Parts: sequence; structure tokens; C-alpha cells
Amino acid sequence: MSSPSIEAVNLSKRYGSFSALSNLNLKIEGSKCVGFLGPNGAGKTTTLKLFTDMIRASEGKALINGISVHENKKKALASVGSLIESPEIYPSLTPRDALSMVAEIRGMPRSDRKKKIEEVVAEVKMEEWLDKKVGKFSKGMKQRINISAALLSEPEILLLDEPSTGLDPRGMSEVREIVKSLKHKNRLIFMSSHLLNEVSEICDEVAMIDHGKLLVYDKLNNVVSRFSGDGGEIIIDVGLSRDIDDQTISRSISSLSGVVSAEKLEMKSLRIKFSGTLENQEKLLSDLVALKIGLVSFHPSSSALEDTYLNMIKATL
Amino acid sequence: MSSSSLKADPVVLPNLPSSIAQIGVMTKYELLNYFRSRRFFILLIIDLIISSIFTALVAYYGVSSFATAALGFYSFWWGNSITLVVILSGIFFGGDAISGEFQNKTGYFLVGNPLRRSSIYVGKWIAALTASLIILAIYAAIAIGNGIYYFGANLPYQFGESLIFSVLYLIAVLGFTFFFSSLFKSSSMSILVTAILFLFAFSLIQVIVSTLAQVEPWFIITYGSGIIGNVLTDPYPTTQTVRGGFRGDTSRVFAVSIPEGIAILVGYFVVTAVLGLLFFERKEFT
Repeated sequence: MSSPSIEAVNLSKRYGSFSALSNLNLKIEGSKCVGFLGPNGAGKTTTLKLFTDMIRASEGKALINGISVHENKKKALASVGSLIESPEIYPSLTPRDALSMVAEIRGMPRSDRKKKIEEVVAEVKMEEWLDKKVGKFSKGMKQRINISAALLSEPEILLLDEPSTGLDPRGMSEVREIVKSLKHKNRLIFMSSHLLNEVSEICDEVAMIDHGKLLVYDKLNNVVSRFSGDGGEIIIDVGLSRDIDDQTISRSISSLSGVVSAEKLEMKSLRIKFSGTLENQEKLLSDLVALKIGLVSFHPSSSALEDTYLNMIKATL
Repeated sequence: MSSSSLKADPVVLPNLPSSIAQIGVMTKYELLNYFRSRRFFILLIIDLIISSIFTALVAYYGVSSFATAALGFYSFWWGNSITLVVILSGIFFGGDAISGEFQNKTGYFLVGNPLRRSSIYVGKWIAALTASLIILAIYAAIAIGNGIYYFGANLPYQFGESLIFSVLYLIAVLGFTFFFSSLFKSSSMSILVTAILFLFAFSLIQVIVSTLAQVEPWFIITYGSGIIGNVLTDPYPTTQTVRGGFRGDTSRVFAVSIPEGIAILVGYFVVTAVLGLLFFERKEFT
């Protein structure tokens, strides 16, 4: 089986004289999580709606696994789970009913349905509400059910439009964990978000869009190092399992190849300003592991992504 | 890194049910929604209230005040009220069937799935028809129960024909209400417009066109529905030229024939079903 893919080919959407999306060319292939960033009205939701045939393209094509969504929606969306604009569920149905409907639409065998529904509902921590009517749910609870509906058929592609919308901080964290876990299950996740820390924590790549035009699509680290306005330097947050002393930072870590500076944020976290290629970054990670300082996490800082984002969006104003 | 290519290696796709099977799924859950929500039961209560009023009237004034034979009884009961029951069913189950998917955003839950929009439309339409048929069947059962009580078990065959025409009218009304529902994104607007059209506008236009303009209103659905009551009249009424009015002018009183009525109802259903489906297929979830 080949890798899952989504592709926009000269994709445009106009409403009268207003261009919501302009000539988007973007191909995403393989198991990864791609963050889709841009300000309000940039064209993120428009793009996702075009990929789910909720709206029609003025020009171009939206392809999923090489199949045109508009020309053959059923086949194109067969392996896609989506969550666009916080949908509502018929208030008189229970999550079990709503998810059974999705399961039947997707042809899930009857023998698997009950177990799978209970699994996905447990994943979004809504087991207690499985047989209660959706009409009584809060926005966040409905969003959890929507997420479980998107996950139900174990789709190889997930199109998520600001999935954390309406969730409390715990819910947001749980969504992040769910998406992270999906990355290890050979999934392609294309996710729009305003939460840069969320994207920075979860995603491998980012696509930025503004005024309906794609500004950049690349690996997260590359985007940050190219566009952060910090001379190609990126900031990496490092999490540790134990306290670190200042001497180790100043003597061992600061002298590692590519490290511009290193500072302690808290007793168990560091911020490293780094300059170099992805290969250099890989070497830095292995050097840090070799130092046996109890390294447990290593990722570009969300503030670095924020700098990059603001620089890029400012440039298009 | 962005690139474009129209070709891709085929991927193994899950086996999806046929579109017919997906229509069945849509129908099943739409019906579940009707039965769980108050909508079905409110209409059922209205259905029972109308039936109770007729039952009470006949019991209080005596059946001979209304009819001397079974056909006349069914003409009084069924012929005078079934079109209202059909119209109410159309408004309750079809008025916002499509517009509600946009206004309430429930469509967003469905449309992102691998199923054709036509499957959603047809599935919802069949559910609306099924729910309406249940209402109609209960109403018919009460009418027949009263008919048997007063005139025995010999049902006039014309009542059977009227029942079939009522179902045909229901099909046409639901085709029309779904079409109107797919024109609007506001549930209240689509329900209001549908109610005004069926309860007032069509009847008014029919009167103006036939009485004042003296033109047969063959293009009005409510004129076509006249076969439901006409078939319960013996002999079947025909278009008459009558002398009347303050100047003694002659005028024509139109009566729709059975083939004409069937053609009007079928025509309305076919045209509005096709247009409604086309509108829904093209409508955007913006």
C-alpha cells in the first residue's frame, strides 16, 4: 500500500470578487502531522472544506490519495476522517447512536461496531455519556464526540479544523495526546490551528497561508530556522527528568556544536539557541543524550514558531 | 516542498456500503431522530385532535346529519380533512429537512463522510415519507373505525382510491417541501414559506385564477389534490358552466379529472425532487 496523500492542484475558491483561496499547490504525503497555520480568514477552513467537498472549487482540484474529492467524493473520502467547524449532532441522538450511524455509513462490520465505538469514546473520555442525549452536552463535550467520530473508522488521513476549539485546557491536552498517538499509527494528519504551541508540540511540518495564498510548507524546524528573523537560529526547548546544574550547562552544553547559547528555564528544563541544519540538530540531540542529563523531550520552542508566524504574516500585510 | 501531480499510486480503500445501503442508514437514523424528538409526537397529537373533533361532531349531532351512506361519510370525514393532515406532515417533516442541516450545522457531521449528498437527501426524504405515512395510517384507521361503526365493514372502493391519491399527494408535497428546504439555509424561513404556500397562497391563487381569470389552474398542486375529495363524490364532478354573478354572466367551475390530477401530482414530485436534489448537491457549507 502506498503512503496516504492529500494534494491541492491550482486550488482556488472565490466568492464574487473575494478570493478566499488562490491557486493553492500543496502535496502532503506520508505518515506525519502537518500544522496548517494562518490568521482568521486566511483560507485554512476553506481549504479543508474543499478537501471534504463541503464547498466547490472555483478552479483546480483537491485530491485525496490521487482521487478527486469533487468528482468521486465517496471513494476519495473512504479513508478520511474529518472534523470541520465543530459540527452539531442531532440533539435527540446519543453518542452511541451518532457513532453507530457513522460506523454504518462507513461499512464497519456489525461485530466490531460496539467495541470500536466504546474504544473511541473512551479515548475522548466520554464513556459516562455514551447513552445520554447529545442535546444536553456542552460545546466541549460535543467536540469530543466529533473527534471520536473522526477517529472511529481508523482512517489513514485525518483532516482536522482547529480540533481543540471549545475544549478546556485538559481537553486540549488530551486532544494533543490523541493526535500524537495517531502519528505512531501510520496516519497523515492535516490540522489547522491557531494554537502555535499545539502545532509546535505535535506537528512535524507546517504550512502557512495568508490571504488565500500559501506562504511556506516545510519541516517545522526548517521553517523556524529560515523565517524566524533570528539569523537562522532556532530555539529548542529541552525537558529533563532530573535537575541540572549550571556548570553542566555552561561547560558541557554550551560547547556543543551549533549551540549559540543555553539557559536554564526551570530546574528540569533548558532553552537552547541553536544554529545549524537538521543533521546538526540530530547530532545535538544525540550529544545531549550522550551527556546523560536525563533528556526526556526535545522540540523547537513554540515561541520560535510564534516569531516565525508573526514575521511571515507581517510580511504579507 | 510543495509539488503537484495528478497521478498517485492506488491505495487500498475500505469497502464502503453501496449508496442504496447508505440511503437505508440515513433513513434509519433520521427516523430515530423523528421518534426521539417531539416533532413526531406533536404531529401525532394534532392528528388525534382532528380525528377527535370529527368523532365528537358525528357522535353529538348524529351521523345522519352528515351522511346517509358510507361514501358520503368518508367524503365528509376524509375528503374534508386529509389534505390538511398531508400538508402538516409536509411542513413538520419536510419544511426544514435540508435547511436545518445548514442552520443547525448537523450537515457538517454528515457531509464529511464518504457518502453522496444524494444519499443524504433521498434517505431523509424516505424517512419523512415513512413518518408521514404512519401519521396518515393512524388518521385513516380512526376514520375507518368510525365508518365501520356507523355503516358496517363494507368500505367503498372509492375510499381506497382516495387513500392512494392521498399518498400520491403526500409524495408530491414532500418533494415540494424538500425542494423549498434546499433553497434556504434558515429553517424558520423554509418552514414559514412552505406553510404560507400550502395553507394560503396556493388556495388563493387557485381561486383567483379559476374564478376571476376563468383559467383552469392545472399548474397548482392543490388543484391536483382535488381528486382526493372528488373521487368520494358520486357521480364524479366535472367542469361545469354555470350562470351566476350579479350580471348573470356564465362562468366555469373547474373540477380536476383523475388523470389530470395524477399528472399534476406526479409532475410536481418529479420536477421538485430533481430540482431539490440539484440545489442540495450544489449548495455549499460556507
